[in-house]
Amino acid sequence: MKKRIKVIERDEVVVKFAGDSGDGIQLTGAQFSDTSAFLGNDLATFPDYPAEIRAPQGTVAGVSGFQVHIGAKEVTTPGDLADVLVAMNPAALKANMKWIKPGATIIVDIDNFDSRHYKKADYIEDPLKDGSLDGFNVVEAPITEMTRDVVKQFGLDARIADKTKNQFVAGVLFWLFNRDLKIGETFLRERFKNKPDLIAANLEVLHAGYSYAETIEAIESTYQVKPAEKGAGLYRNITGNVAIAWGLLAGAERAGRRLFLGSYPITPASEILQELAKMKKLGAVAFQAEDEIAGVCSAIGASFAGCLGVTSTSGPGLSLKSEGIGLAVITELPLVVVDVQRGGPSTGLPTKTEQSDLFQALYGRHGESQVVVLASSTPANCFDYAFEAARIAMEHMTPVILLSDGYLANGSELWKIPSMEDLPAIKAPMVPDNDSTYQPYKRDASTLVRSWALPGQDGLRHHIGGLEKADITGDISYDPYNHEKMTITRAEKIARIASHIPSQKVAGEPAGDLLVVGWGGTYGALYTAVTEMQEEGKSISLAQFNYINPLPANTPEVFKSFRKIIVCELNLGQFSSYLRSVHPQFTYLQLNKVQGLPFLISELKLKFNEVLGKLEK
Amino acid sequence: MENICIPSIQDFKMNQAARWCPGCGGHAVLAAVQRALPETGVKKEKVVFVSGIGCSSRFPYYINTYGFHGLHGRGAAIATGIKLANPELSVWLVTGDGDSMAIGGNHFIHLLRRNLDINILLFNNKIYGLTKGQYSPTTPKGSVTKSSPDGTIENPFLPGELAMGAQGNFFARVVDTDVEMMKNVFIQAARHKGTSLVEVLQNCVIFNDDIHAEITRKELREEHQLFLEQGKPMIFGKNRENGLIQEGDHFKVVKIGENGIRKEDILVHDSINPDDTRHYMLARMTLPQYPIAMGVIRACNSSVYETMLYDQIRSMRSSSKILKMDDLLTSGNIFKID
Repeated sequence: MKKRIKVIERDEVVVKFAGDSGDGIQLTGAQFSDTSAFLGNDLATFPDYPAEIRAPQGTVAGVSGFQVHIGAKEVTTPGDLADVLVAMNPAALKANMKWIKPGATIIVDIDNFDSRHYKKADYIEDPLKDGSLDGFNVVEAPITEMTRDVVKQFGLDARIADKTKNQFVAGVLFWLFNRDLKIGETFLRERFKNKPDLIAANLEVLHAGYSYAETIEAIESTYQVKPAEKGAGLYRNITGNVAIAWGLLAGAERAGRRLFLGSYPITPASEILQELAKMKKLGAVAFQAEDEIAGVCSAIGASFAGCLGVTSTSGPGLSLKSEGIGLAVITELPLVVVDVQRGGPSTGLPTKTEQSDLFQALYGRHGESQVVVLASSTPANCFDYAFEAARIAMEHMTPVILLSDGYLANGSELWKIPSMEDLPAIKAPMVPDNDSTYQPYKRDASTLVRSWALPGQDGLRHHIGGLEKADITGDISYDPYNHEKMTITRAEKIARIASHIPSQKVAGEPAGDLLVVGWGGTYGALYTAVTEMQEEGKSISLAQFNYINPLPANTPEVFKSFRKIIVCELNLGQFSSYLRSVHPQFTYLQLNKVQGLPFLISELKLKFNEVLGKLEK
Repeated sequence: MENICIPSIQDFKMNQAARWCPGCGGHAVLAAVQRALPETGVKKEKVVFVSGIGCSSRFPYYINTYGFHGLHGRGAAIATGIKLANPELSVWLVTGDGDSMAIGGNHFIHLLRRNLDINILLFNNKIYGLTKGQYSPTTPKGSVTKSSPDGTIENPFLPGELAMGAQGNFFARVVDTDVEMMKNVFIQAARHKGTSLVEVLQNCVIFNDDIHAEITRKELREEHQLFLEQGKPMIFGKNRENGLIQEGDHFKVVKIGENGIRKEDILVHDSINPDDTRHYMLARMTLPQYPIAMGVIRACNSSVYETMLYDQIRSMRSSSKILKMDDLLTSGNIFKID
């Protein structure tokens, strides 16, 4: 007779999948996320890749991970610590031991826990037997062996057979989370629609994993996470990089301009290039340039000829594009530069996240060359800020740098799909043919924006370039007073954009003891920490900035209503330093972290409580 | 009333004079371009001149078309963006030996490799002029310049070799002393579908005067230049008595009528042959062993980047169900919450 299994209802659960980079970890993670989304859970995910494509198998350096946080309530981070860990080998276990909760369920592939494997992971003894897992609910599943048995009938070679192992894990999790296997089957049929011979084998393994979990009596309880209460509508799971690509496409479509991306592959930004390369069906041109410089310069050329010119990169690439961005500043052409930040300087930590390119975005050019700087703060709102970057670039004829980061780029969350008609119109300053009043550097009196006349248009022939322009006519001018006037005008044009962006919002009370200030991708962790402390009765609020230059006009109003301000960022204090220069009348405390990792909610709360504690004394 | 369909030379002239040094070869190139453009049949509003930085790169300011004076070496990348944004434009890139062979070498080779329909005018005066006299990547080895007081110790690039090494399909060479030759070759370059490179042997009166004198001097030019024409024998000399034959792996200069050589024995120029072996050999000929090959050395048809790109776009748009953002947003794995 079957043992009665206890079903535990949870508001949220964090699951971490870990194994060799060839184990299909990302696929299992994506399948679990999609199933959760289908069942109405809110979710956030974060993949964790090694920097090498295939690091030595079985070593800690080669561990690939995928973390999913699902909830019956709003989920804003992939979670600090996991409730369930799937470890395909000893290295995966070792790499994740400090990232799991006490008493967590650990599912291991027992077939990989021989002495050869645990020595590779630098364990001296078998971690399953040395007592280090006491207090955890360990499920020792013969995943490799059982998978091979099941797929024998399909006559697959050993290498392909082993690739279906991840579906055994998926089957165990379907049972553990009381889910309908049909959803998993649908996912597999879709995923392998071009490889029909693999569908049957994967389905069989999925079922085997489910039956195994049901049959063994090692799992004491299963989880149930109810659907989250989200507004009605259509949702999809989206990563930050895809959201940026789509936001740019939406901006171009709304403005009636073709999207041109000039880009060179770089981690962690390459998916933007790859995603847009698939968008010829929407008329987009994704040009893979010979280097970062050609990426930005081709985008500038395309903007001159009437496209929305975009270039995407990460920190080292932004350095190479600096001269080009200066050209876009003086030629006053639309340009969106996407910087998906990673750990630096130099090659640094290419697969890890950091917020250390802020100074480069703000100041990293020769000459007086102000540009607009925006930062997205969740995987899904990468869409909104890419759209905003496109809008501001075209309506204000300026380069815009959009800062994302490795954490947003690869992380995903459930996103309520907008309709194009809900997005604001974008009105670029185009010029009708044969407009006899056209002059290349004549400006709109209120925004100081020049017009956008395109090669090929009748009666608007003109020259632009990197030499200083005479006011209005755009002829070359070395006149000292003209240069000063043009320099001031270019800076003023950017400053006036503050009247065309939303006010800074505050999560929580608009006044109180402590204002937590963040920018960009730290939003999820800061928001969770702040709301949890608000629930504990603390006087704490959050201002997460997306508009960095210019800052929202009401920024000083927001700041002055709090007794203390703490600026939290994943660098040594770049935003706090910037705030001190723009709004020096306030005192800014700092919380900084540069480990290539996101903030943990626990470390944030510790620091905020410390600040509040001192305040009370 | 101006005639929009058939532009004249005057249409391409600016009101202000070009600010190159008096006697600079640039003036003659500009005149030849202004004469060539009306004959290309392209509407003047469709013409865009793009440049990098250097003396040559001031060119867009001196011609009445759309123009973009870019960054040092990056003209090729800017031109690429313009052409891909609007393939109907006739895009010309004006560059120099420093701009395209040194700082912009990477963009230069990749433009040729991709074969966009862009016309490159490379002003080769073998010196940095705008920075006042340092050696360039085409300066002859041993030359004493401001940055090589003891003579350069670098091997120079031959632009033609570099272009063909990058799979360039059109290469021509002209001298700045012959406006008619330039005009005719520029027209051929404009009509060629794909990237066309025209190397202009240009004199810098200030920093490298007479660098090409052995080729251009009146009394020497007929002996020292071999002007190539498609399908015609490769004959040169005052009395058109010299020609090229192939001997083993090399060309040999021979006299017609001597040693039993007849006119029919002289090699016939085949610029459209996809095999670039002879084009290489022609581009590499140097004095005194050989004359300098002038005119269109290679003009071979090959698929053009932007044509293939827009063919792919058309094909995707005719076969996909996702044609606008709303289609994309609601495609694939979506979840409905009531």
